[in-house]
Amino acid sequence: MSNEALQLIDLKKSFGPAKIIQGVNLQVAKGERHAIIGPNGAGKSTLFNLISGRFLPTSGEIWLNGDKISGKKPFEINRMGLSRSFQVSNIFTNMTVRENVRCGVLYSMGYGYSFWRNIGNLREVSEKTAAILEDVGLIDKAHLPATLLPYADQRTLEIAITIAGGAEVILLDEPTAGMSHSETDRAVALIEKASQGKTLLIVEHDMGVVFNLADRISVLVYGEIIATGTPEEIRGDPKVREAYLGEEVEEGVPA
Amino acid sequence: MTDMTTTYVDLAPSRAEKFRQRVLPMILFALALAVIPLFGPSRSTLTLLNHMGINIVFALSFNMLLGRAGMLSFGHAVYLGLGGYFCVHVMNWIAADTGIWGAVPIFTMPAFGFGAGALAGAVIGWPSCRRAGTPFAMISLGVAELVAAAGFMFDSLFGGEMGISADRMGGPEFLGLSLGPLNEVYWYIAFWTFVGVVGTYAFTRTPLGKLSEATRDNPERVEFVGYNPQRVRYLVFIFAGAFAGMAGGMSAVQDEIFTPENLSLVPSGAILIAAYVGGIRYFTGPIMGAIVMTYMGSNLSDYTAGWLLYLGLMFVGVVMFVPDGIAGVVYGTWDVLRSGRLNEVAAGWAIRLLGLALMAVSTITLVEVAFRWSDGYGEVFEPFGLELAHGSPLTWVVIVLPFVIGALLLRRVARSESEVTS
Repeated sequence: MSNEALQLIDLKKSFGPAKIIQGVNLQVAKGERHAIIGPNGAGKSTLFNLISGRFLPTSGEIWLNGDKISGKKPFEINRMGLSRSFQVSNIFTNMTVRENVRCGVLYSMGYGYSFWRNIGNLREVSEKTAAILEDVGLIDKAHLPATLLPYADQRTLEIAITIAGGAEVILLDEPTAGMSHSETDRAVALIEKASQGKTLLIVEHDMGVVFNLADRISVLVYGEIIATGTPEEIRGDPKVREAYLGEEVEEGVPA
Repeated sequence: MTDMTTTYVDLAPSRAEKFRQRVLPMILFALALAVIPLFGPSRSTLTLLNHMGINIVFALSFNMLLGRAGMLSFGHAVYLGLGGYFCVHVMNWIAADTGIWGAVPIFTMPAFGFGAGALAGAVIGWPSCRRAGTPFAMISLGVAELVAAAGFMFDSLFGGEMGISADRMGGPEFLGLSLGPLNEVYWYIAFWTFVGVVGTYAFTRTPLGKLSEATRDNPERVEFVGYNPQRVRYLVFIFAGAFAGMAGGMSAVQDEIFTPENLSLVPSGAILIAAYVGGIRYFTGPIMGAIVMTYMGSNLSDYTAGWLLYLGLMFVGVVMFVPDGIAGVVYGTWDVLRSGRLNEVAAGWAIRLLGLALMAVSTITLVEVAFRWSDGYGEVFEPFGLELAHGSPLTWVVIVLPFVIGALLLRRVARSESEVTS
């Protein structure tokens, strides 16, 4: 079992009478790129919120690298090596791009709540920040306030903050939502690069991205996982075709 | 993308830039503080300058909360007051020469205030920083009421309505300052104002200072980069309390008295206004606000009994029309001058100034005439030899006409500017 980076055991979440997640079991191996797909309202974002600690599960357990994380607070889970991005850009709007990424770097470099150090003198932090900005291609915009970035760049910054802390397990919530084709291609390249040697769990609507990127895919429908498998298995699964892909194929969405 | 590079672009500002933006202003500030006494300021000017220094540190500590961390406190004077009260007690222990206290120079009072303010912040912040936003503001209001009420109740600690006074001339001299004459107190205040400015600026450059800005912008995301936003707010709150307490220590030596009034909502509101009018988005904003508001508070009252009303009008005007405050106007003007765009905007500015001046004439006339009339002593407002009684038609011409013309001018400028930008 130690090979599992992330493990969900009979996870349930209800909001009042509404059962949003109804007993999800999922194993994501270390180094695996795992995509979660499903129609709107299937509970994908709720699942992410449960794993990252934003919501408390109604019942069930979540394990990260052999440690139980369900019931812990988001910042505790983050410190244990799980980082997530958001569907809606969730950045520090009044700070510069560089400061945004630096905020993501600080804790992992051991500068917690330090108030006795000049942030400008922290060489490793500056270098790591510059390295990430260069990797994601935002280095030229480092000194712009985040709020002035174009949409696609804000999405990129969202990913940059997410990977800045060097977490081993990365959750990306619709990283390419609202992007043009060329922007999506760049984002996919970035995600592939950033997730090298790491475990990736991704929610994505763009089937082209999913089938390109994922090692395995889980299909979430009405709060339940109806199938898990390799892209080929999922493509061939009649249940999935019926519940989900069928509609998409008719609309001609898969790339 | 270049994978193989091991040296990355140095994003930090160059040495020259750092010097120009950070060190040079501090040097100039220190110089200004050192040069002021050469002009031979009078006793009243010295008192005013000393209060400016105290309010600068106080406003900066307030802005650690509001501007940097997005925490609106209605009770920040509590920390200045508790720090100051502690210093007044320490000064009395020094005067009584009890124990080791006889060896403590009065000069070090702000350090004691710093400690007491930090302690007060740590105790009061523990429950109140569990909330943010409106609940935090409400709790701060409640705490201010509570502490001020306690101040009136516990006579031995706070001295009741009379407060507790102390003597700043006790204890050993430090740097050859007896702190008796006002010009020596000036050096004391100048020193600690400089320490306060450097200290609060240094705080903005620490990881915690940066995280407080991040928590202001997006507390939720802070959680997902490994920080507990409650902890960030709590630590910032302790530091804000500490620097407020430091201002309290400065005030204890300058005024030699603290009363429960010093803990109340009145000074808390005043520092909120000073910081906001100065511009909370800028580090220097609260400094400018503290200088202007202290000056107005002490001098405007000599000219008119309606000065609080004007202060209030100014605050409302700033909140509505210049949310970036004095600092925003100063830096905006500076940018225009530097980029050589003065010609483009000069006409607009002139019209705007004229409009504002006209509206000010009208407002001032209305206020001055109104409160003289309501006083009922038959006193008449007589600016520049004009006799403006409340019944005379001339008065109403002076009130209505400039207001209408001013409003029309301002509207025209606003319109033509929005046409240019759209």
